[in-house]
Amino acid sequence: MFDSLTGALQKIFKDLRGYGKLSERNVKDAMREVRLALLEADVHYEVVREFTARVREQCMGDEVLDSVTPGQQVIKRIHDEIVRLLGHERQDFDLSGKPASVMLLGLHGAGKTTTAGKLALRWKGEGKKVVLVACDIRRPAAVEQLQILGKQVGVDVITPEKGESVPALGRRARKRVEAEGADIALYDTGGRFQIDEELVRELKDLKEAVDPKNVALVVDAAIGQESVHVAETFHEAVGLTGLILTKLDGDARGGAALSIQHVTGCPILLVGVGERAEDLEPFYPERMASRILGMGDVVSLVEKAQSVVDQDDMVRMEERLRRNTFNFEDFLGQLKQMEKMGPLENLLDMLPGGMDVPEEARRRMGSDSSKEWGRAKAIIQSMTVTERRNPALIKGRRRERIARGSGTDKRAVNDLLKRFEQMKRMTKQMKKMEKRLRAGRK
Amino acid sequence: MVTWIDALSKTRNKLSGALAKVFRKSDGLDDDTLEELEDTLLGADVSMSLVMEWTEALQKGYRGLQVSHREIVHDLLVGALGEPVAFEWPEEPRPYTVLIVGVNGTGKTTTAAKLAHHARKARLKPLLAATDTFRAAGADQLRVWAERVNCDVVAGQQGADAAAVAYDAVDAAMARNSDAVIIDTAGRMHTKQPLMNELGKVRRAIKSRLEREPDETWIVLDAGMGQNAIIQARQFHEMAPVTGVVVTKLDGSSKAGFVFSVVKELGVPVRFAGLGEGLDDLAVFDPSAFVDALLGSKQEETVQSGKGR
Repeated sequence: MFDSLTGALQKIFKDLRGYGKLSERNVKDAMREVRLALLEADVHYEVVREFTARVREQCMGDEVLDSVTPGQQVIKRIHDEIVRLLGHERQDFDLSGKPASVMLLGLHGAGKTTTAGKLALRWKGEGKKVVLVACDIRRPAAVEQLQILGKQVGVDVITPEKGESVPALGRRARKRVEAEGADIALYDTGGRFQIDEELVRELKDLKEAVDPKNVALVVDAAIGQESVHVAETFHEAVGLTGLILTKLDGDARGGAALSIQHVTGCPILLVGVGERAEDLEPFYPERMASRILGMGDVVSLVEKAQSVVDQDDMVRMEERLRRNTFNFEDFLGQLKQMEKMGPLENLLDMLPGGMDVPEEARRRMGSDSSKEWGRAKAIIQSMTVTERRNPALIKGRRRERIARGSGTDKRAVNDLLKRFEQMKRMTKQMKKMEKRLRAGRK
Repeated sequence: MVTWIDALSKTRNKLSGALAKVFRKSDGLDDDTLEELEDTLLGADVSMSLVMEWTEALQKGYRGLQVSHREIVHDLLVGALGEPVAFEWPEEPRPYTVLIVGVNGTGKTTTAAKLAHHARKARLKPLLAATDTFRAAGADQLRVWAERVNCDVVAGQQGADAAAVAYDAVDAAMARNSDAVIIDTAGRMHTKQPLMNELGKVRRAIKSRLEREPDETWIVLDAGMGQNAIIQARQFHEMAPVTGVVVTKLDGSSKAGFVFSVVKELGVPVRFAGLGEGLDDLAVFDPSAFVDALLGSKQEETVQSGKGR
C-alpha cells in the first residue's frame, strides 16, 4: 500500500547499484509506484498523470540516475515537486479593513460551521472583535449549532429572522457589524450535497451583498476524485481566495490538497485537526507533502511537544525531583501534560515509518497505555490533597477508600504507590551519585 | 421523490462521453479501451488495486475478441457488488434495532431520519435515538427530523453519556412497543481510539437492554470520499461489526467507487443510497443502476450509437 512507497522504490532501485545506470524500464516501474501512491492518496487521476510525467523527466537526469541512492533521490524529487505545487510561502486571511469579512463555503459535512467556530476563537484570541453570521437557513439546527458554538467561544452570532432571505440577512448583518465597530464578520453559508444552480445563485447574491475580501472553501481531507469538480465549480461561481482542509486528524492522506491547488491556484490557509474549537492549525506545504507520501513529520511532532508542555512547569518539576519533594500533585500534573499530547498512536504517525507499526502495537501504545494513565489519574484524584502531598500517610484504610473512590482495587493502588516509591528512591540514588561525583571532582 | 436515474444523470452525462465512445468501437478490447476504462474507474474513486485486477482479467479473457464490451464490463462490476438484497423491515425481532455509525459529516443523522421515514411508510412505529451528545445542537437536529417524520424520539443532553442515552432509547422503544429503533451516533474519526471505544460501549449498552446485539449496524459513507472510506469501513467493522453500508450524497457528481472494495473486504451488502435531501430520497441500493451510472447508461449509449449510424 501507500505506506511502502519508499520501500517499493528502494526495492526497484536496489539491484542497480552495481550497474550504475538505470534503464528506462526501472524508471517506468518507479513511476508506476508513484502513480499508485498518489492515487491511493486521492490525488485526481489527471493531476497524477501530469505529475508523474514531469517527475519522470526530472528523474532521467544524470544526478538521479548516477546516484547511489536513486530511490531516495526520486522521493526527494517528488517531495519537492509536491511542495512546489502546494506553494512555498504560508499565506493568511486578508484581515485589513474594518470590518474585514470572511465567507466560508463548502459541501455538506465538510465542516463549515465547526470551522467558523474555530476561526472565531482564533481571531478573538488575537484580540479582535468577531461576529458570526449564520447563513445556513436550510439544514435543520444549523443556526442553533452556530449559536451554541458562538456562546462557547464567546462571540456574537447574527441569526436569520423568520422568512429572511440569505442576501437580505447578509445586508442586515453587514450594517450591524459596521455599526457595532466589529473587526471581523464571518459568514457561515449553507452547504449542499452537490453544487446546484440554486446554491450558486445564493452564494453569488450573498457575496454581492457583503463584498467579502476572503472567500474560503472548506474541504474534507478525505474527499476523493470529486475534489477537482467541487473546487472548479465553486471557483468559477464565486471566486475563491483560499482553502481550509478539515479532518486532518483522521488518516486520510489529503491528496485533494494537491488536486485543488492545481485547479484553483488558491493557497491552503489553515487545517482542521480535531473537534475542539482550538483544533485549527497553520498549513505547512512541507508537512503536507510528507503526509501525502506517508513519510512522517518530525517537525510537527517536536512543535507539538513544545506547544503543550509548559517549559516553566518542566523546570519546576526537575527541581522538585532533585530535592526529592516530588509528590502526587506533581505526578498528576505530569500525567495531564502527557494527556495534552494526545494518544501516543497519533504521535506515531508523525514519525518516519510510524505508519508501518503493526496495528497490535499501535493499540497497546494508544488505548492500553492511555487506559493505564487514566487509572493512575483516577487513583490520584481520589486522594485528598494532604495525602497527595504526603504519600506516607496512605495506609490500609486510606488505601481501601482510594480504591473504592477511583473504581479500582487495592492492588492497583498498592501498585501505583510502589512505583511512586521506586521513582523517589531512584532520584535519591541519582542525587547521591551526583554528590559523590562532585566530591570526586574536588 | 428522486429516482435512481434522475439522481445519477449528472454522473452519467459527465462520464458517458469518452467511455461510451470507446464502448461503441467494435474492434475488441484494445489498449485504448482499457486505458479509457481505467481512467473512468479511477476517476470514480475505485481503488487502484481493483482497477488493475479488472483490467488484467479483461485483457486476459477478452482481448481482441469481438464481443460486446459494455456487457462484459457491466457484468464484471455488478458481480463485484454481490447479490442485490432488498431491505425490508423484518417481522421480528422487535424492536428491530439499527445502529448508525460513521465519521463526521457523512450524513448519519439525515440517514437515520430517512430510515425512520422508511419504516413509517412500511406502517411501522419507529423510534429515533439521538446519542450524539458531543456536537453542538446534534440532538436538536434529530428532534427536528423526528417531528417531520412524526415519530418518537429519545435524545440526550449535550455532554450526556452516549451509552446511557442508547440504553434509555432501547428501553423506551420496548416500553412503547416500537417496531424499530434507529440509533444515530456521534460522528467519530476511526483513528481516535477513545471515541471508537465509546462506540463499543454504546453497543454493549444496547445489548444489555435488548439482550441481543443490535440487529443491524450500518456504516454511512459519503459518496464524495476517496480511498479513505475503505480504511474507515475496516476500522469501524473491527469495533462494531458492520452488517450493511449506506452510501449518502450519491446525487452529486461523486461516484462512490470505493464501495467495491468495501463490499469485497467486509463481505456485507450496500443497503441504501441517499439520493437527495428530502425524506423520501433514500433508495434501496441497485447495483445494476449504480454501475450504469458509472459506465454511462445503456439507453443513452444505444440512442447515441443509433444517431451515429
